[in-house]
Amino acid sequence: MATTTAAPGAPTSKIGQAALEVDDRLIVAGPLRRTLNKVFPDHWSFLLGEIALYSFVILLLSGTYLTFFYDATMQEVVYEGTYAPLRGVEMSAAYESTLGLSFDVRGGLLIRQIHHWAALLFVASIVIHLLRIFFTGAFRRPRETNWLIGVVLLVLALLMGVTGYSLPDDLLSGTGLRIISAIILSLPVIGTWAHWAVFNGDYVGTEIIGRFYIVHVLILPAIILALIAAHLLILVKQKHTQFPGAGRTEHNVVGNRLFPGFAVKATALLFIVFGLCAALGGLVQINPIWLWGPYNPAQVSAGSQPDWYIGFLDGSTRLFPAWDINLPGDYTIPALFWPTVVGAGLMFTVLALYPMIERKLTGDTAAHHLLQRPRDVPVRTSVGAMALTFYVILWISGGNDLIADKFDISLNAMTWFGRIGCLVLPPFAYWMTYRLCIGLQRHDREVLEHGIETGVIRRLPSGEFIEVHQPLGPVDEHGHGQLAYGGASVPKKMNQVGGARRAIKGFFKPVEEPAEVQRQAELEARGLESEQSDRQSITSGRPSEGGRPSEGGRPQAPRD
Amino acid sequence: MSTTKASSEAPLEGGRRGLLRRRPAAGTPAAAARDRRRSKQRRRLANVAGLMAALVLTGVGYSAFAPGAIAADERSDSESIAVEAGRELYVLSCITCHGSNLQGVEDRGPSLIGVGSASVYFQVSTGRMPLVRQEAQAPEHPVVFTEAEIAQLMAYVQANGGGPTVPSGDLRDGELAEGGELFRLNCASCHNFVGEGGALSSGKRAPSLDGLTDAQIYAAMLTGPENMPVFGDNQLTPEEKRSVIDYVQTIQDQADPGGAPIGRAGPVAEGLVLWVAGVGALLFGIFWMGTKA
Repeated sequence: MATTTAAPGAPTSKIGQAALEVDDRLIVAGPLRRTLNKVFPDHWSFLLGEIALYSFVILLLSGTYLTFFYDATMQEVVYEGTYAPLRGVEMSAAYESTLGLSFDVRGGLLIRQIHHWAALLFVASIVIHLLRIFFTGAFRRPRETNWLIGVVLLVLALLMGVTGYSLPDDLLSGTGLRIISAIILSLPVIGTWAHWAVFNGDYVGTEIIGRFYIVHVLILPAIILALIAAHLLILVKQKHTQFPGAGRTEHNVVGNRLFPGFAVKATALLFIVFGLCAALGGLVQINPIWLWGPYNPAQVSAGSQPDWYIGFLDGSTRLFPAWDINLPGDYTIPALFWPTVVGAGLMFTVLALYPMIERKLTGDTAAHHLLQRPRDVPVRTSVGAMALTFYVILWISGGNDLIADKFDISLNAMTWFGRIGCLVLPPFAYWMTYRLCIGLQRHDREVLEHGIETGVIRRLPSGEFIEVHQPLGPVDEHGHGQLAYGGASVPKKMNQVGGARRAIKGFFKPVEEPAEVQRQAELEARGLESEQSDRQSITSGRPSEGGRPSEGGRPQAPRD
Repeated sequence: MSTTKASSEAPLEGGRRGLLRRRPAAGTPAAAARDRRRSKQRRRLANVAGLMAALVLTGVGYSAFAPGAIAADERSDSESIAVEAGRELYVLSCITCHGSNLQGVEDRGPSLIGVGSASVYFQVSTGRMPLVRQEAQAPEHPVVFTEAEIAQLMAYVQANGGGPTVPSGDLRDGELAEGGELFRLNCASCHNFVGEGGALSSGKRAPSLDGLTDAQIYAAMLTGPENMPVFGDNQLTPEEKRSVIDYVQTIQDQADPGGAPIGRAGPVAEGLVLWVAGVGALLFGIFWMGTKA
């Protein structure tokens, strides 16, 4: 049709012509090409944040389905549904609709369980992603903004979780709601007013479920979506960080282009995350609210815990001594105020400000695009390990009654373990991590200087035994290596520099014939020897990237 | 909470007020004379009452022993045989801590006078007694005595001071949903929503209700073993107890529609599953993808 007017290189296929028509009107080809050509580093740890993104997608989809059947009111109704042990019991409409959702809606229980598991995974993957960013120094200039957005996203995810698991209005979440109410009340001066503002009156009132619902399904998701968008846009604008290695500098990014390499990977990961949530939702029961019963302020159960991500606050509350501060004028600051409001406030403030704190203390204001190995920054790594130890002890203490019960330990002993442990173990963790980092650094330097231990023992004419070392590069007259440490992983085994046969490909089972691989390796080795026998000693020892076995049966040049 | 407090204080106050009203009158001579007159009347009344009581007792005793003499003798014979056998078991296994006359031994075991056969049934049939050693709380271990022997021990303890007994019949004959409400109100604070049990202070614990018989749960409510409070018939009526048992046993036997129950332990177990199985699987997945680079 339009063949006569076609410019050189114009599309001839139907699809190509359609695309041209679109581009004529929207002018998207340029930006799209740039986007599709964006390069993503291929280290596995760069996929952690994506898990959070995909679980958020699952949350949006499954949550939307749940809203069709959920009734966010606290109106008292009498249950007359399918679940016999609650028939005739007074409960809120919210709880009744959640029961209906679980027992009478097709697929309702599955979707509800997928939603809950995805929520747990959402926060977990944010935390793991944050740890990766922290320990590799990816938050350094110019990425402080994205770190800050990330911390805000984490806090919002926690709020999302709390408002979400409060919605069914069961006995477990009601107990949590009571604690939230107590925390709000514990705020000095404004506590009572804040509580009245949130609950529209005294606990529990008739409003809170409806309010939490809107916060959970509208306000927080909107903010989170906007922040995720900002997070990703800034990431695209600033480009990815990457681990140091062959050919990687402060001015490039080595990896796969978005299309097709990275897109395939990302889609695969999306399906892995979907599959995992579906498997958990279908196979493992989560939050069986029908067993907990409807909320009744007169009732409480042993072993009432929040979801894992609030566990640290439960733990800090359990560990903190009952120190009420009684001020003149019949005024009290309850002990609850310190471990919850002050404790969590401090933890998240320090976390959010960490890039600025580190910049201040180290005076390092340069822009960084290459990551650091945790061992190369022992102070930061140790501080991180210390904070993590503190967090984990609070976390364990959040479930200390269950641990005490299941492992037959005294609950008091558990509490004192937590109290002493949260003070003593973090400094110990700091010291130990610091020593580990220094040890690992020294080992790197040692290998660079003396070469890789080959395991070959040689007996000298004098009778002395020595181990033969394989130098990684050129050596001086004393046999010491001359390579400097470049921040990349140093090969420490012979097969990492091609000392062993190439590994047979295949993750679950071999996809190659071992004999064929060996034949090829021998061929290659012979070819390598005949062609390049002269350059072997110069190039063979350079640190191979990523610790992967190189091709071929002998040391050879890295793939850059 | 506040209502029970008010009701328990009310009669006390009333009693005190009554005492105050009587006391000033006691000092006067007129009052003394009135008291003397009264005590004479009272003595006479007591005499008559005593006589009546003796007559009634004789009558009752006669009607109890005299008519169906043979049948009664047989029953009391078999009863006394059971009591005798129970005494022998008691002497062998229980006397060290509970004393030669069930009076208890200080720092070892409580008195068993008046605890009733329900208490014996619970403690012995769940394997808590005989105790191996003194601990924070008697642990459950394999049952030592046969059912017949437990019945003999029950008879022996019941014969010495009486006490609560476990009723026979269908102990699940109650209102399921009401049982649930009562359970959450009275039991869940220690035994957990679903009877999984929970920790108490200093190594004590509320045990799991898994695998208990109806009678054992009934006996536990009736006698309040270890740290458990007694739920007497004025607190939980026999019907309410049956409702609670119905609920406990129903949810214990009930399937879990959501999949693996992971101990029905709530968020702690769920968090563990997520971090170990979920995050573990994902890390495996992304390592795999990393090797495909």
